[in-house]
Amino acid sequence: MKKVYLKLSAIAAAALVAGCALTPSAQDIDLATAKAMKSSFREQGNAKLDRLTLDASNQACSDSEGAALEDKLGKAIEEANLKTVKFPADGKLLGSWAEGERVAQNGRGLTWTDSATAVNGGSCYNCHQISKTELSYGSIGPSLYNYGKLRGVTDPTSVASKPIVDYTWGKLWNSKAYNACSGMPRFGHANILTEQQIKDVMALLLDPKSPVNQ
Amino acid sequence: MSDPMRIRAQAQGDKTTVRVLVGHEMESGQRRDAAGKTVPAWFIQSISATWNGKPVMSAQWGPAVSKNPFMQFSFKGAKAGDKVIVTWIDNRGEKRTDEAVIT
Amino acid sequence: MNNHFTWALLSLTALLISPVASAQKTTAEGIAEYRAMLADGNPAELYEAKGEALWKQARGPKNASLEKCDLGKGAGVVKGAFVELPRFFKDTQRVQDLESRLLTCMEAQQGLNALEIAKTPFGAGEQKNIESLVAYISGESRGMKFNLPQAHAQEKLMYEVGKKVFYLRAGPMDFSCASCHSEDNKRIRLQDLPNLTKQPGASTGFGSWPAYRVSAGDLWSMQRRLNDCYRQQRFPYPGYASDVTVALGVYMGVKSKDGVSTAPALKR
Repeated sequence: MKKVYLKLSAIAAAALVAGCALTPSAQDIDLATAKAMKSSFREQGNAKLDRLTLDASNQACSDSEGAALEDKLGKAIEEANLKTVKFPADGKLLGSWAEGERVAQNGRGLTWTDSATAVNGGSCYNCHQISKTELSYGSIGPSLYNYGKLRGVTDPTSVASKPIVDYTWGKLWNSKAYNACSGMPRFGHANILTEQQIKDVMALLLDPKSPVNQ
Repeated sequence: MSDPMRIRAQAQGDKTTVRVLVGHEMESGQRRDAAGKTVPAWFIQSISATWNGKPVMSAQWGPAVSKNPFMQFSFKGAKAGDKVIVTWIDNRGEKRTDEAVIT
Repeated sequence: MNNHFTWALLSLTALLISPVASAQKTTAEGIAEYRAMLADGNPAELYEAKGEALWKQARGPKNASLEKCDLGKGAGVVKGAFVELPRFFKDTQRVQDLESRLLTCMEAQQGLNALEIAKTPFGAGEQKNIESLVAYISGESRGMKFNLPQAHAQEKLMYEVGKKVFYLRAGPMDFSCASCHSEDNKRIRLQDLPNLTKQPGASTGFGSWPAYRVSAGDLWSMQRRLNDCYRQQRFPYPGYASDVTVALGVYMGVKSKDGVSTAPALKR
């Protein structure tokens, strides 16, 4: 009889504490989240667990839960990302726009069902309008239709065009260099696209002959 | 053992509309599995419906019809309480018959 | 330039411009038409019928049905259970979603091995049966409003964890759930993206899974949908009914409060 009573007490006590608990503390939440993240995932295909290690940019943008970062922190993150931008050794920033269109259309690569040797795509059309004829485009990012034309780029190799050409390269290489919590992947910095692929996307956007600028 | 068809039959005046949802893989024979082997064709070749022993619909299907196909047809002369019987036969010779009461 | 030539030039230009504009309108209209046509005769109904049979069928080493399973509203009560999940369960002392709870019941009532089922790939073996069961159970809450309990400390905690996980950016593409699902009127390619952080987007998204995916020819549970989200986010593999997936369910479900469930729905 006594044993049962004690048992009931323990459960009741636990229920009492649990039921009347106030909102969990920030520390409780952080600990529980870390625990859940650690125990819930396993590696599969080429997706290893190191993908869950957050760098400073992702940590800050995760913590802000969608809100803009406070000025100083945002600037610091942008500067750190800008430092990672690598320009081509041969100084040529534009490739083939026809190849660039292929990169933009390709949504494959880096998932656990993709092979490690497969060519990654840029998935650009997932988020952006780019050429006029491709109607299947997303709206997560701004339209890139007439990208070069709207920015007055008639000769991408000219001195006058250098600022915009360099900015575009930097944005493709590491979008967070210009917007700390940019939703766009960091194509060069994260080794998603090769240098040549980025040159080709540059041509798609900036070559006056590209269909994007017609 | 195949899945039962879901049949709904409604009479409006002289016209009865029958909707049938058929559970069948409808494998076209063109697909390959993960190992690269062709998945063998398995699809309904004929489907028909009767009312009071009279045929009211008959169709020949092929590999172009999708998995779990939905079909709708109508016919005249029946009333609520009558039965509609639907039968299909696939390329393996498997058969299935289900019936529904017209509401 | 004489009038005739000007008129010809203008009408030619008009002809060249309009196909693109009207084609864009037609794309969206076309998709809406297609969906309306598919709405009648959702193959999910086939799964619902199968699921009801499975719920009542004596199976497993214990040769018992699932009719004594408690989905949160009492043993055997199916109606209304879906719109209150995930929730805390006293017998397991943890918050569970529908799939997690089915694993518990399939083991406790029927003697099947929950761990083995969790490891089974989607669409195979007992996972195929779970497709039918979630179709049936969610169907029994069709048209009802989401009303997840948030009284228990663990329920409150899981909501907060779910929120953190929702905004957590990781993987080579720095994607979080929020990357696609935290703004109104966005789409990826031509697929509309519900804003899951508030109504009406939350219940539009959360209340439409499980769903029959026409492109896959299969019924996808919420667990499968979350799994494929993480795959496309380039994350590693989330465990079946793991804490992260349940926490996300709590977050989305609480955000869906008073929204109507349409599951099992129909998707492209």
